[in-house]
Amino acid sequence: MDTVIELTDVAKTFTRRRRQSRSLLRTRTTVHAVNGLSFTVGAGEVVGYLGPNGAGKSTTVKMLTGILVPSSGRIRVAGLEPIRQRTRLARQVGVVFGQRTTLWWDLPLRDSFQLIRHLYRIEPARYARNLDHMVDLLELGSLLDVPVRQLSLGQRMRGDLAAALLHDPAILYLDEPTIGLDVVSKAAIRQFLQDRNRDQGTTILLTTHDLGDVERLCDRVMVIDHGRLAFDGSLSELRALVPVPRVLVVDLAAAAPPMAGVQVVRVDGPRQWVEIPAGSSAAALTARLMAAYDVRDLSVEEPSIEDVVHRLYAGPPGRPDPADRATTPRTSGSAVPAR
Amino acid sequence: MADAVRAYCLLAWTWTRALAQYPASLTMLTVSQLVVTGIDAIVILFIFEHTPTYAGFSLPEVMFLYGTSGVSFAIADATIGSVERLGRHIRAGTFDVILLRPASALVQVAADQFSPRRLGKLVQAAVVLGVALATMDVDWTVGRIAIVPVMILSGTFIFGALWVLGATYQFLAGEAAEVMNAATYGGNFVTQYPLNILGRDAIRALTWVIPLAFVNWLPALYILDQPDPLDLPAPVRFAAPLVALLLCVIAALVWRTGVRHYRSTGS
Amino acid sequence: MRLYLTVLRSSVRRHATYRAASLAGAFTNTVFGFMRAYVLIALWQTKPVIGGYDLTAAITFCFLTQGLIGPIAVFQGGLPEMAERIRTGDIALDLYRPADFQGWLLATDLGRAVPDFWYRSLPPMLAGALVFDLRLPDSPEVWLAVPVAITLAIVVSFSIRYLVMLAATLLFDERGVSSVAVVLALFFSGILLPLPLFPGWLGTLAQLLPWAATLQVPADVFLGQYQGLELLGAIGGQVAWAVVLLGIGRHVTTRVRHRVEVQGG
Repeated sequence: MDTVIELTDVAKTFTRRRRQSRSLLRTRTTVHAVNGLSFTVGAGEVVGYLGPNGAGKSTTVKMLTGILVPSSGRIRVAGLEPIRQRTRLARQVGVVFGQRTTLWWDLPLRDSFQLIRHLYRIEPARYARNLDHMVDLLELGSLLDVPVRQLSLGQRMRGDLAAALLHDPAILYLDEPTIGLDVVSKAAIRQFLQDRNRDQGTTILLTTHDLGDVERLCDRVMVIDHGRLAFDGSLSELRALVPVPRVLVVDLAAAAPPMAGVQVVRVDGPRQWVEIPAGSSAAALTARLMAAYDVRDLSVEEPSIEDVVHRLYAGPPGRPDPADRATTPRTSGSAVPAR
Repeated sequence: MADAVRAYCLLAWTWTRALAQYPASLTMLTVSQLVVTGIDAIVILFIFEHTPTYAGFSLPEVMFLYGTSGVSFAIADATIGSVERLGRHIRAGTFDVILLRPASALVQVAADQFSPRRLGKLVQAAVVLGVALATMDVDWTVGRIAIVPVMILSGTFIFGALWVLGATYQFLAGEAAEVMNAATYGGNFVTQYPLNILGRDAIRALTWVIPLAFVNWLPALYILDQPDPLDLPAPVRFAAPLVALLLCVIAALVWRTGVRHYRSTGS
Repeated sequence: MRLYLTVLRSSVRRHATYRAASLAGAFTNTVFGFMRAYVLIALWQTKPVIGGYDLTAAITFCFLTQGLIGPIAVFQGGLPEMAERIRTGDIALDLYRPADFQGWLLATDLGRAVPDFWYRSLPPMLAGALVFDLRLPDSPEVWLAVPVAITLAIVVSFSIRYLVMLAATLLFDERGVSSVAVVLALFFSGILLPLPLFPGWLGTLAQLLPWAATLQVPADVFLGQYQGLELLGAIGGQVAWAVVLLGIGRHVTTRVRHRVEVQGG
């Protein structure tokens, strides 16, 4: 497999000058957003890029696209250097930002597509074919003449996705692509991406908090925390490495003391949270509880990416820390003290 | 370079077509633009109600200054004026999106929201200029006639370069960058009038620091055969194209540095 | 009443945070003040007194009016904070709030004007005073009348902008109506040239229109152009415009409330 993305010992440091309120002095804080990051991605891979907020995910994507210049280290994407060959690289890359659109806000969708066609120099035949294909798959037909600012979030995301793929990029960066979407739209987009990767071999780097996205799409998962790579492998390996128990949420008929014989982690009135031991079946536990107690309702909570990552980084006692040096327990999103 | 021009025309045309969907609104905006900018000319007329000459210049001569400055400014505004909205792009995060695309960032920002409405000012200034040229009492030699289009073109590039320089400041200054309006819009305002109304120090500043004097004042001294309050050597009056070129080069370099700064610091 | 004071106070606080932008605006206004002053100086070389102003008064007029642009805000056209809500049609929701719509917006506008006065009015005056001799008020009546005239000017300006906003709502066109309003304000407020310098009937007309009350009148009060009873007359004129325009505003608001449709998604 050819290497399409290559990062070697990349670091990005920001100096933030904040003025504390009521003070005339500006304090300088150094934020190491990315710190010694190295990985490679091969052609056709679909990689999930996970991490808590402030871990350095957006910064990485910005450096890969050439928006940001790394403080040190080497980046090669499709054999090109994002810093120096930004416009050349741009023709091979498609990006979808979940929080912000890549379309022209005040123009109708159709005009945005036309602009992309000309800016990326897409041949007329290919453009027509791709456009029809996207409009069909993403159901954009009725939206083509609507100004982007009037589209709903889901519609806009579909528009962004079409815009990112019109020029058949070899590489696709997706930053929170299903955020805020309903279940049906999420499923449709996941299917669309899977088909794309299979049919065209598009390399996809997917930044997300949504475990569903990762499970459905990604063969490989990278976890970044505090600007360093904390894990690189498959999702099942991650789960095996960091077993985080699922939780059974039980609603009893009335408030009661914690149920016996099970690991109750939380009680709130008639509701109790029960840990499902690793390897155990939720069904077996449910049957036991229902036999012994008056259970009105229950549901199963999956561990979130946050839980997995948190456990990963803090590390259960006795296991080697995935990062290469000892750290203090993770506090979310804060700056790492300078080395 | 050809790429940049192509990208610009493309973006400008798309915006124009989108705006053409609302012809009534566009017309009203163009007309109101025409009127708003025309008010400055009306003020000059009112001034001449009180005096036959102003700072040693006749009404047609002041209208000539007004017209040339206005035409240069209007063309620069229509083509590159959108650059002043760079701050908005940075704050909204759309500058990142601009950097994603395979086209020059400057062209994208300059062509953004391209609107034919700005040509309202151009029409109005051109009309005034036409009337001035027809009524001015000038000994038209070939040299003098030739200088007029050169002057207008140089002026356009000077305003354009000032706009880009002012916009680059927004990479650093954020909302406070409005100060650059003093150079662009203020520059247009002050060059509508004979610059000898200012003190000599001010005229010097406008010659050597912010070269607005080259937009129309210095060439006009040659055309109108008026004395130079600074007594500069005669060739300076013809230096406008050179000054414009120099300023554009400086503006391009400064812009590049600005973008590089943005890409290093993130915002 | 307490509600409106709260609205005013929170508006002051909100607008006071735009310090950098306000000062930048003040800088540009100051530069324009100097340029306009030089334009008028050249004119006053020909005659010592024009339109009832001597040179010192004329120069002071430039810096004063450039400084007042901020708080009096008559060149905003309509009410910019409402512009987006008119475009989307959300303004229909505002019209149905229990509080008095016009009163609410007036309190907000007055709150906006307070920090604008500090950040945008003082710098041009100070700069002008450093370079030129400015005419300052020299009698107690004038010192008392100035804040009154300025406050009334803001109210009259608000009432004009409020009507513009209603017109934009009724016509579904914020930008078009606003641009017309800006043109009228620029022309008739005195910002470009003191209104007494307008020739003939245009000058007389200009002084009778409400825009004169927003900028020309408070400037003339400051410069001591009014003697004795004339001063009362000028203030009275501002009051009259405020009452009339606010009244029309209230009347039209009721009609708009009945008629407004929600535009857009």
